[in-house]
Amino acid sequence: MALRETAPKLTDEQYEQNFADITPPLNARQAAVEAARCLYCFDAPCTMACPTHIDVPAFIKKISTGNPRGSARVILEANILGQSCGRVCPTEVLCEGACVMLEKGAKAIEIGRLQRYAVDYVLDRDIRLFRAGTANGKSVACIGGGPASLACAAELAQLGYRVTIFDRNELPGGLSTYGIAAYKTRAKEALREVEMVRGLGVELRQKTEIGRDTSFAELQQKFDAVFIGLGLGETEDLSLPGEELGGVCGAIEFIEATKVEKFADVQVGRRVACIGAGNTAIDVVTAARRLGAETVHLIYRRGEREMSAFRYEYELAKLDGVTFHWFAQPTRVIGEGGKVTALECVRTRAEGGRDGRRAKVSAIPGSEFRIEVDQVVRAIGQKPVTEILKQVKGIEVRADGTVAVDARHRTGNPKCFAGGDCANGGKEVVDAVAEGKAAARAIDSGLGAPRAKTEI
Amino acid sequence: MADLRVKFCGIESPNPFWLASGPPTNTGGQVMRAFDAGWGGAVWKTIGEPIQNTSSRYGAIDLNGVRMMGLNNIELISDRPIETNLREIAEVKKRYPKNLVIASLMVESKREVWHDIVRRAEDSGADALELNFGCPHGMSERGMGAAVGQVPEYTEMITAWAKEAAKTPVISKLTPNVTDVTRIAMAAQRGGADAVSLINTINSLMGVDLETFAPRPNVAGKSSHGGYCGPAVKPIALHLVSSVAKAVKIPIVGIGGIGNWIDAAEHISLGASTVQVCTAAMHYGFRIVEDMIDGLSAYMDDHGYCTTVDFRGRAVPNVMDWGDLDLNYKIIAKIDQKLCIGCQLCYVACEDGAHQCIERAPVNGNGNASAHRNGSGKLNPAGMDVHVPRIIEDECVGCNLCALVCPVDGCITMHQIEDGLAPMSWKQKTGGATGTCAPTAS
Repeated sequence: MALRETAPKLTDEQYEQNFADITPPLNARQAAVEAARCLYCFDAPCTMACPTHIDVPAFIKKISTGNPRGSARVILEANILGQSCGRVCPTEVLCEGACVMLEKGAKAIEIGRLQRYAVDYVLDRDIRLFRAGTANGKSVACIGGGPASLACAAELAQLGYRVTIFDRNELPGGLSTYGIAAYKTRAKEALREVEMVRGLGVELRQKTEIGRDTSFAELQQKFDAVFIGLGLGETEDLSLPGEELGGVCGAIEFIEATKVEKFADVQVGRRVACIGAGNTAIDVVTAARRLGAETVHLIYRRGEREMSAFRYEYELAKLDGVTFHWFAQPTRVIGEGGKVTALECVRTRAEGGRDGRRAKVSAIPGSEFRIEVDQVVRAIGQKPVTEILKQVKGIEVRADGTVAVDARHRTGNPKCFAGGDCANGGKEVVDAVAEGKAAARAIDSGLGAPRAKTEI
Repeated sequence: MADLRVKFCGIESPNPFWLASGPPTNTGGQVMRAFDAGWGGAVWKTIGEPIQNTSSRYGAIDLNGVRMMGLNNIELISDRPIETNLREIAEVKKRYPKNLVIASLMVESKREVWHDIVRRAEDSGADALELNFGCPHGMSERGMGAAVGQVPEYTEMITAWAKEAAKTPVISKLTPNVTDVTRIAMAAQRGGADAVSLINTINSLMGVDLETFAPRPNVAGKSSHGGYCGPAVKPIALHLVSSVAKAVKIPIVGIGGIGNWIDAAEHISLGASTVQVCTAAMHYGFRIVEDMIDGLSAYMDDHGYCTTVDFRGRAVPNVMDWGDLDLNYKIIAKIDQKLCIGCQLCYVACEDGAHQCIERAPVNGNGNASAHRNGSGKLNPAGMDVHVPRIIEDECVGCNLCALVCPVDGCITMHQIEDGLAPMSWKQKTGGATGTCAPTAS
């Protein structure tokens, strides 16, 4: 991807400083002080608010008693990706948003940071807390290498299943490895977590795509059950003239580059426009600024109040000096010599008032304006990757591309289960973990039942 | 404006706040700085034949990150020559004639030795004497300190020896490490003591290093029992001060767990004329006395007390035998829905630790909401209601536990239930039969 003008290169130290942990780890003393603030609630709201229902007061109590290993066990038993979640969860609207301290008018307990403290403690020391269960002779294939599959695989492996994860990427971990803003977590952190799952005897087959390297039918034949833990695919197209110009890219590939390449090697324009206002768009604009882009524009066809990004994500982008264009949408990408030079936008208006994400938006004729940019990043959602599943007997792929599942994550095919983004349409890592784990339980109860046995 | 001056055994103290005998009163320099900070008096670090101390000497317990809830020490009396201490007392008195310097004394249990030290201390200009009968460690192994204070006869005898020579008031300092402190207090009174001070420190071992099994405070991997003090001991001190207040007629100096004006006022309300402070000064320095003076004055002004005599001992008659308490007095707990933050600590405390009188907040299937609100109608950032537990009023025994564990001030309060019954104590109910606690030999 050639750019007309790239952002000035920074020194390695500057990149590292720009992408340093946005929430630095707690040291032992800080963790003890913070843990001591926890009231140790009963029927704790934080635990209820967590999709994986980590027993938060229990793990915090263990930190305060100087038992970080026991603390990590409590966390990881509930959520094998507790380390990633400690760093990337939107805790402000989950556990910390439920903290009773807020009702008291005090600061919520820093649950995410305490969680990271405890899990880092065991990861840093290679302490193994779990082991594979006694082999039960059953095998399960997990499709997709991300959080849902890892959680499902870890659970099943501990129950004695032989689990194989099929993943098209070079590195395992899926979104945890490739898709999270670098100032929240680095790929190597996600890979440490993957190693913990591998340590349970889970086999990871990378660069293996279903439909290319193996077929779904083959998996169904070779394994007792199949868990579909696929994520989402490429970024949706804008369907605008000029989209083919050099310098137009998807948010996912842009973020991915910041995760697997050296920061200096990431292609970033001197001036960047990002279209969309979800959390991924925030990841893009903050990363662009931190990579050295001089001006970064975020363009959204609705208003500030309608943006789907979390409030604190938005605050982060504001602090990074991003320019926001509300009620504007792109009409075409303008280029010169095959490279982006500007983005033409038009003002919009929401009909029936400016409230609500559902209000119809229309362009205001004659209100076109141009933004001079070298790069345009699309962040308007991701395409589903479930096309291939439409052929599978019993599996229903809905109009929006999600796989239909019941409350126990069963598809219409008795051997197939699904969870994570491909089933929920795209939620948090912690949701994927919860669903993968729930699916594992369903797989286990199905394979353990007489009916399932006769079917196999 | 409250007048904090206290008349004590014929001498006047600028205020009721004295530093207790201990590390903060080891030298003249410290005592003078303390007087500059506002302390009314100082009991000099116990004077006697100089000793040699160990290293280390102090140990503490913390609570949830709060340091030094309790402190102990295995430090002995002054390690400085008697003459040095006495010379410095003379110097301090010359410069601070209005502040009280009380010489704490401990010498071997011989009449003439006590006579000698009493005279020398008074010659230095000390305003009063405190006889250290309390030190629980080290000195007691040599027949001094608690070894005296644990035996009523010794306490009476040595108090009497000191009184034979003394012209200034003699305060006998009592150890709490006895079965019944009132016996010792009465013995001191019989010996002629002008006042008693209590409590000295409590026998304790601060903990064990689980790697080396060395107890704390660690002296080359070993330790010895030491004297426990600090905020954690206040309730024990208050009990013993009130017991002594009922048992003797002489003035009392309250010691134990005093770190602020409230602690001091409580001691005074239970009969103390003045109070002594050590641990809090060791923790935060002499400056703490400023708020002690300020806070106590404000309290007295608010209540119209001109001097501490106006409320001294006011709580003593309210400390009764259990058998005199009104069995028909009934209270029950109430939870303020608006203040409740939904921690449910009251629920689990009552359910597991008390009388199963609180119903937990119901939680619906997905665990993400509750039928109860805190009245604000507002959901938290996670979209959940506050889980407010409910008191089962018919079952509530009014034990206080829920109110004690509730982390929100004023959220759980206890309310009296009028049942129309006249007050009745156990003694009244049983016709005054007190029974006997002692087992009968048969």
